[in-house]
Amino acid sequence: MPVNCSSCEERRAVLRRPKTGHSLCKDCFFHAFEEEIHHTIVSAKLFNPGEKVGIGASGGKDSTVLAHVLKVLNERYAYGLDLILVSVDEGISGYRDDSLETVKRNQQQYELPLKIVSYQELYGWTMDQIVKQVGLKNNCTFCGVFRRQALDRGAMMLGVNKICTGHNADDIAETVLMNFLRGDIARLRRCTSITTGSEGAIPRCKPLKYAYEKEIVLYAYFKKLDYFSTECIYSPNAYRGHARAFLKDLEAIRPSSIMDIIHSGENLSVKEDVRMPVQGTCTRCGYISSQSLCKACVLLEGLNRGLPKLGIGKHHKLHHKLLSQEPLSEQEERKLKAVDF
Amino acid sequence: MRVQWFCFFLSCLTRRVLRGGAELLFDGIKQHQVTLPNQSNPWDIRQLLVWIRHNLLKERPELFIQGDTVRPGILVLINDADWELMGELDYQLEDKDNIVFISTLHGG
Ligand SMILES: [Zn+2]
Ligand SMILES: [Zn+2]
Ligand SMILES: [Zn+2]
Repeated sequence: MPVNCSSCEERRAVLRRPKTGHSLCKDCFFHAFEEEIHHTIVSAKLFNPGEKVGIGASGGKDSTVLAHVLKVLNERYAYGLDLILVSVDEGISGYRDDSLETVKRNQQQYELPLKIVSYQELYGWTMDQIVKQVGLKNNCTFCGVFRRQALDRGAMMLGVNKICTGHNADDIAETVLMNFLRGDIARLRRCTSITTGSEGAIPRCKPLKYAYEKEIVLYAYFKKLDYFSTECIYSPNAYRGHARAFLKDLEAIRPSSIMDIIHSGENLSVKEDVRMPVQGTCTRCGYISSQSLCKACVLLEGLNRGLPKLGIGKHHKLHHKLLSQEPLSEQEERKLKAVDF
Repeated sequence: MRVQWFCFFLSCLTRRVLRGGAELLFDGIKQHQVTLPNQSNPWDIRQLLVWIRHNLLKERPELFIQGDTVRPGILVLINDADWELMGELDYQLEDKDNIVFISTLHGG
């Protein structure tokens, strides 16, 4: 029972769009998908002509689609952007090899320059070395913190004006939900904004903010884009996994749920007297941080001193000691050394 | 009846289940050619899922199937068209059909 495209009424439809319910053929889908991203870019004024824009590239579906679409739109609409792919190599043996190979192929396919920054070069530790120190249970703390900064630091080295990431509508809805469940008002307020400058020195934007995951996957599939995917082999976050599954259940019943949650997040007003953390900078590395030492520097300090648990959980009291290079008491050392595998 | 079945699983967990091994890295597409036993009524997707569950999924079938359908977040393509346009579970399989399962969960 083939259905005809509701737009051109000629060709066979290949998908039903979750956003609009329209049935579209391949060509009409490509066109609609790309034009909507163009619309997002223009209406949120994401870029200015002449800017150097880093694309966070993991070789996965989201960043591959992002790189492809930005390349297409930059030419179609003469944005005048200098695009560059930026990839992070965490130093997990086997894990990144294939995805980095994919990014390298993307570099050639899209004729975009590529810079790979490694944890070794940024932090002096590879993820594998970190896991040896802290055990499997705690390492996603490191993953998350280090990864967030890695892209910024890599981008800084390259002198880019902006970083784009492949976060899609499903990711953002999931984050809204997570922040709501955790009562994290500060993040809840920030997480739906399309451009953020708060986490690092370089503004970040999410051109795929309103693109559904289903459409991203099908765009990549129908365009036969070369992408690779695995999840982080170091333990996915179970809580996030549940939030994701819950969202997918909602989406199956009513596809607009994803967009509805994003809109709820966007329109939420936070009472004035809600205490927001004061943003300062890390006294050691200059990265934005609400504490005197940023999370990455605390984690690194712990690793370098052989106290891997430092930075996992709450050890703020010890920060001033670290900063002033004061020795820790025996009891404090013991607490931080224990590692549960 | 022969049915071509590709799985294009992005989640290594699911992937591991379907491949029955502990291989983490995957070449992107895995093609299965299955021959379904003859039966008096035509096969539909609902029955195919049951067949896959019993014949191919050795462990953790809940990562693939939920109730009598695929787990939300898994896209199904029938001859390269979204199964939502094809009648979903009620689609009647024909000889040499191509079914593609794509998991969108967890794949970055
Ligand atoms: Zn059309
Ligand atoms: Zn991790
Ligand atoms: Zn720092």
